Amino acid sequence: MSAHRPVLKVSGLTRLFGPGCDACLSSTGPEQETNRCVHCGTTVACADVSFDIGEGEVLGIVGESGSGKSTVAGCLAFDVPASAGEARLCTLPGANMFELDAAARRRLRAMEIGIVYQTPQQGLRLDVTAGGNVAERLLSADWRHVGQIRERAGNLLERTEIPRARMDEPPRIFSGGMRQRVQLAKALAHKPSLLILDEPTTGLDVSVQARILDLIQEIQREAGVATIVISHDLGVIRLLTERTLVMRLGRVVEAGLTDQILDDPQHPYTQLLVNSALT
Amino acid sequence: MRADALLDQVVDSAEPEYNFAFLDERTKRAIRRAALKGVAIPGHQVPFGSREMPIARGWGTGGLQLSLALIGPHDVFKAIDQGSDDSVNAVNIRHFVAAMSGVETVTATAEATIIQSRHRIPEETLRPDQVLVLQVPKPEPLSRIEPRVARSQKMHAEGDYASMWLSLYEGVALSGDISMGADYPAIVNGNYLMAPSPIPRWDMPKLHHAPFLTLFGAGREKRIYAVPPYTSVEPLEFSDYHFRVEEFPSPCQLCGATDTFLDEHVDPHGGGSTYSCSDTAYCAARREGSQA
Repeated sequence: MSAHRPVLKVSGLTRLFGPGCDACLSSTGPEQETNRCVHCGTTVACADVSFDIGEGEVLGIVGESGSGKSTVAGCLAFDVPASAGEARLCTLPGANMFELDAAARRRLRAMEIGIVYQTPQQGLRLDVTAGGNVAERLLSADWRHVGQIRERAGNLLERTEIPRARMDEPPRIFSGGMRQRVQLAKALAHKPSLLILDEPTTGLDVSVQARILDLIQEIQREAGVATIVISHDLGVIRLLTERTLVMRLGRVVEAGLTDQILDDPQHPYTQLLVNSALT
Repeated sequence: MRADALLDQVVDSAEPEYNFAFLDERTKRAIRRAALKGVAIPGHQVPFGSREMPIARGWGTGGLQLSLALIGPHDVFKAIDQGSDDSVNAVNIRHFVAAMSGVETVTATAEATIIQSRHRIPEETLRPDQVLVLQVPKPEPLSRIEPRVARSQKMHAEGDYASMWLSLYEGVALSGDISMGADYPAIVNGNYLMAPSPIPRWDMPKLHHAPFLTLFGAGREKRIYAVPPYTSVEPLEFSDYHFRVEEFPSPCQLCGATDTFLDEHVDPHGGGSTYSCSDTAYCAARREGSQA
């Protein structure tokens, strides 16, 4: 357990793709070596995922492709609805955020949750200016003063190493690394209480990765924002996170301090994962 | 026998040729129900079964169907197109309504009970007993930023207008000011975003807390919506970049008005621009008044 004030408590988060049946959960998972229910054909993308994050804490979720880690992020950002489970955010005491109505979900997402996606197309409007992309989050949060919006957007873009002079250019003409930094500025625009980084550096070349990871680390510490880092890359997880969940076939197979998990993995899958890292 | 003669025969043999005001009574009811629903939910676009009319879709069929559904034998009808009573579209619609209902038609705004208009609101403030019917080419204010109807309907349902604000912001960021002209989006009754039809910005303040009912009909897009009397209509604006109406460099060359929306006439031979009132009936009345 973390010593920090908890920002987010997730319990029993489950997401099914398909009709679902009583046997879905018992017939899937690492022991069954499948995430597809033999009885009804439902894919169990993630099931019974529970964790807490404290203020300023960084939690890693690691696992192979298809392990359900991005589904967890997608549920928390309301990109996909959760099938079951609850998530409680400290700024919304008493409410399960999965049970909010559509307008309240959108509002919560706009005010409290920032996300950086693996592909910039998912998180940015590539033909709207970089400043506009950041501004959109502020406009969703009812900012109505252009001067203040541009001041905040310009500062954030500068902080993420996009020159202020380029804030009125569209990210379509930016490099992959720059686009990720615009996403980061956008995610942080309205000082979210939860930051989700879903494979933020996957697909970038190694030197750019290193710079963005440094930047993420600096900014995360400055902002003190509770952060979930999702990655299949153990290097990213080791660098950024304090605690880690290891996921496989939709289930959490191991959870604990990142150093402990990476240096002394207990679960056979984690051992395999650690041993197959190219370092 | 020639085709014309054959047609005459058919027409002669028909029983009463058309129902009062062209549309059958059930259609009128359906249109009035849609209009009432629109009044009950200001700014919300109500779908309706737009009928095939004897003018082409996109030429005012939405407004025409509303006018015909509302009109009674004692109504007085006025039709205007871009402020003018004399343009082809206005003349055709006026003749058609008169032929189909037998009601009196006028050009004087104050004498009309139903005013069908394309892209203008008359300069004289309308009274509570008058109804303004506006023809609408594009009823969906979000269509320019979200072409998917399912998405834009969800945005209305959730009051999610951030992308509209974003397009306003982009205008300011890239051109230094709000770059929207006619059909300026506004929030109605503090709730729905509405396309006011391509009326100039000049006319927007006339809708805000107006004493009269405004009905919007989009025949091609099959939508009816309304701004009931005394309802707020607030154009989108930033706290540092405001909504502004058009300004004109000189008064109306005909009546000298400085407080009306003017049309610009460019001299093709390089003689510069002159301006005159867009609302021709208002301009003519002012000139008559000053002569008398």
